[in-house]
Amino acid sequence: MADSLVKMRNITKNFPGVLALDEVDFTLRPGEIHAVMGENGAGKSTLVKVLTGAEEFESGEIYLNDASTPIVNRSPQEAQQRGISTVYQEVNLCGNLSVAENLFLGRQPRRFGMVNWQQMNRQARAVLRGIGLDINVEKPLSGYSIAVQQMIAIGRAIDISAKVLILDEPTSSLNEQEVVRLFELMQKLQAGGMGIVFITHFLDQVYQICDQITVLRNGALVGQYAVADMPRRDLVAAMLGRTFDDLATIERRPSAVAKKAGVPVVSAKQLGVAQGVKPFDLDINQGEVVGLAGLLGSGRTEVARVIFGADIPETGSLEVKGQPARPNPLASMQAGMAFCPEDRKAEGCILELSVQDNIILAEQTKRGAFHLIPKSEQDKIARKYVELLQIKVPSLDTPVKQLSGGNQQKVILARWLATNPDLLILDEPTRGIDVGTKTEIQRLCVELADDGMAVLFISSEIDEMLRSCDRIGIMRDLKKVGELVGSEMSTAAIMSKIAGDDFQEGELNA
Amino acid sequence: MNSDSKNRPQDFRVADLNKGFFGGVFAKFYGNNLLVLITFAMLVLIYSAASFIFRDQNFGSLNSIFSMLHSWPHLVVIAAGMTMVLISGGIDISVGGQCAMYCMMFAYFMQEDGWNVNSYVMIAVVLATGLVFGFAQGVLVAYFKIQPFIVTLAGMFFARGLTAIISEKTIGIKNEDFLGLAAVKFTLPFGGYTDGGGVYQAPYIYLYAILALLGVVVLYIVMTWTGFGRSVYAVGGSEQSAMLMGLNPKRIVLQVFVIQGLMTAFGSFLFCLSLPGGAVEKAVAFEMNAIAAAVIGGALLTGGVGNILGSLAGTLIQLTILKIITSVGTLSSGWGPISTAAMMAFFIAMQSVLTSGRRKRK
Repeated sequence: MADSLVKMRNITKNFPGVLALDEVDFTLRPGEIHAVMGENGAGKSTLVKVLTGAEEFESGEIYLNDASTPIVNRSPQEAQQRGISTVYQEVNLCGNLSVAENLFLGRQPRRFGMVNWQQMNRQARAVLRGIGLDINVEKPLSGYSIAVQQMIAIGRAIDISAKVLILDEPTSSLNEQEVVRLFELMQKLQAGGMGIVFITHFLDQVYQICDQITVLRNGALVGQYAVADMPRRDLVAAMLGRTFDDLATIERRPSAVAKKAGVPVVSAKQLGVAQGVKPFDLDINQGEVVGLAGLLGSGRTEVARVIFGADIPETGSLEVKGQPARPNPLASMQAGMAFCPEDRKAEGCILELSVQDNIILAEQTKRGAFHLIPKSEQDKIARKYVELLQIKVPSLDTPVKQLSGGNQQKVILARWLATNPDLLILDEPTRGIDVGTKTEIQRLCVELADDGMAVLFISSEIDEMLRSCDRIGIMRDLKKVGELVGSEMSTAAIMSKIAGDDFQEGELNA
Repeated sequence: MNSDSKNRPQDFRVADLNKGFFGGVFAKFYGNNLLVLITFAMLVLIYSAASFIFRDQNFGSLNSIFSMLHSWPHLVVIAAGMTMVLISGGIDISVGGQCAMYCMMFAYFMQEDGWNVNSYVMIAVVLATGLVFGFAQGVLVAYFKIQPFIVTLAGMFFARGLTAIISEKTIGIKNEDFLGLAAVKFTLPFGGYTDGGGVYQAPYIYLYAILALLGVVVLYIVMTWTGFGRSVYAVGGSEQSAMLMGLNPKRIVLQVFVIQGLMTAFGSFLFCLSLPGGAVEKAVAFEMNAIAAAVIGGALLTGGVGNILGSLAGTLIQLTILKIITSVGTLSSGWGPISTAAMMAFFIAMQSVLTSGRRKRK
């Protein structure tokens, strides 16, 4: 067997104004799951795109299977013919076609020159059974969950005899069981001698499944490490290029509850939504970061939506600074609320608009369409927040779609900060962004609260909430089941609340 | 972790859905395929009801079914082509203009006191013109990345203009070969009826109606059982994905427009056989009938979904309603478009219900 499947040497690539890859080396051996990690803009996707021919590169060589002559892939198809397949986070298959067609598009089994549907369906079932998927292959692909679609995409790659499989953030839209299934499949393929490149942000998953890690930073190679010899804190340090102590500076808020006297910014009493979240009580005070923890579907987002007026409450009452609130997003904005939604692409950024337009959007809406913010003031606002949040943009006129995920998130944050809110609602502000930006956003929350703002912080990562929240409300099955304050807050306590009382702390440690 | 409110199936064995009594029936018909069935069911229902109500006019006889095909053979063919274009994610609004142009070409160039071109040569010339026209539109859409709506809007004006340049007169076709071809008909030895005067009326079908049906069947076969046909569905579903799966979307879109040009020329030829003559104002707004037929037949304007046979049902439903209006006799012709509007609204609502149902399960 070949010693290496892919050997990339001294790869250099320039984007206009940016050195995207600077003499990067990368080696993938057979039977290896190899994580490629780095902050946003580190060059992970560029490296993969160079390998698969989606991007060109200026200098360097790529060798396959220990061959002595370098190759260049001019298109993803060419890479596929050489045995390199990619499965993207947003699955690149056709939802309107059946599962079987997606597996065999462009290479359908024929009889008398015509597509042989029966044989195609039979072969499709066989291919999918081979990867442990027993589904109806005649149904349209769009009827299946993203997780299944991803496995189908992997099935297609395997069937085209892929030797190298690149998984680009495959787990960010999967739930836990789905991730487990994907990992089982990856291990099975690994045992068969396939080389898998795994791009992810999740440290846990890297330690769970990967053998090797290649770390990139700002387009340069930091190093390649065996997972077993690489402690987590060293990995984070390698990715961030700073010492681990930077992360520690915001561990736990200094003063547990800096509650200032007076009316709460928001006070919900038995607030509930038909078919939605069950009636709950929640006060958020000035200068306080309140977290909402819970599993997927537990109602965290729903609480935020009903407070912001995006959902109409059926029961209970909501007071904003002592005044009864009208359930209407615009009224909420005018009352001093700001809501950064979870799905930044669908509900947050207007991708085609410039950074500046995105930042002033909420403030403009709040003032009304007939009170146009003067150009000079727009400029000032945008500049101020780009600086404050350290958003990395070439210019204020850059369309938001050209920014990385972390910077897009910061633009949304800037948009809402520009409205000078009294209450800032952040729904999963750190999902899918790099560790550095995550830390910055967490620190910002704390700083904003110290300046007197009230923050409602929703996150799936308990560590992150422990670090930044004064108080954490726990959600389970669309019900608020409890609240933890100050010293009560610990990973174990939160987990046991989320899971229900039968969940013992001992199990956690086991 | 897309959204807290989204439901995800927790197990992968969706195959369970297909068990039970209806499992087998619906196993092959999901979502929009089901729509085609509904369209056919509606066609049968409307036609049967009309046959019963107008039984004294022999509405349900074979003669009457064939006469529908005789009136609009071009819609049968062009709606099928339109469906293919919609599946690919495009649209072609030049078909009405092209149709007028091809009819005018037949009428003008075959005049005995003019060019007096042989009718078979003329047929070949028109079909070739269709190919060229489709090729030109296809290149603009596929390789110059111009919106198909804009390209074919230009195509429509161009064809209408060219029609008027050829001749602004209304010209009837007198070429004997051509009229001979138009008169070829096949009489069936069964299925006739005896009219009020006691005379037996044998059902007959003209050659051009058979050719129209043949055109639909051939296109259906191409779209269902050839690699090209499936690629058209793939490109309509997601051009990006199709490309990453190794297809060449540009070439496929070009091929779609070339075939559509050919289908339009072929349909226009059949139209000329059924109504031999050319005029500037021929087939005005006809592209809309074709789009309506395709939509009623289950095609989505967003691409990727549609059925060639569905467009035939869509055409026949429109024709049935026109026939009902003539059968009643006292109804305003305005009810034709109104019922088309109602049906399109119904089918678009159905599509929306079925596709959103599918999205929820995701």
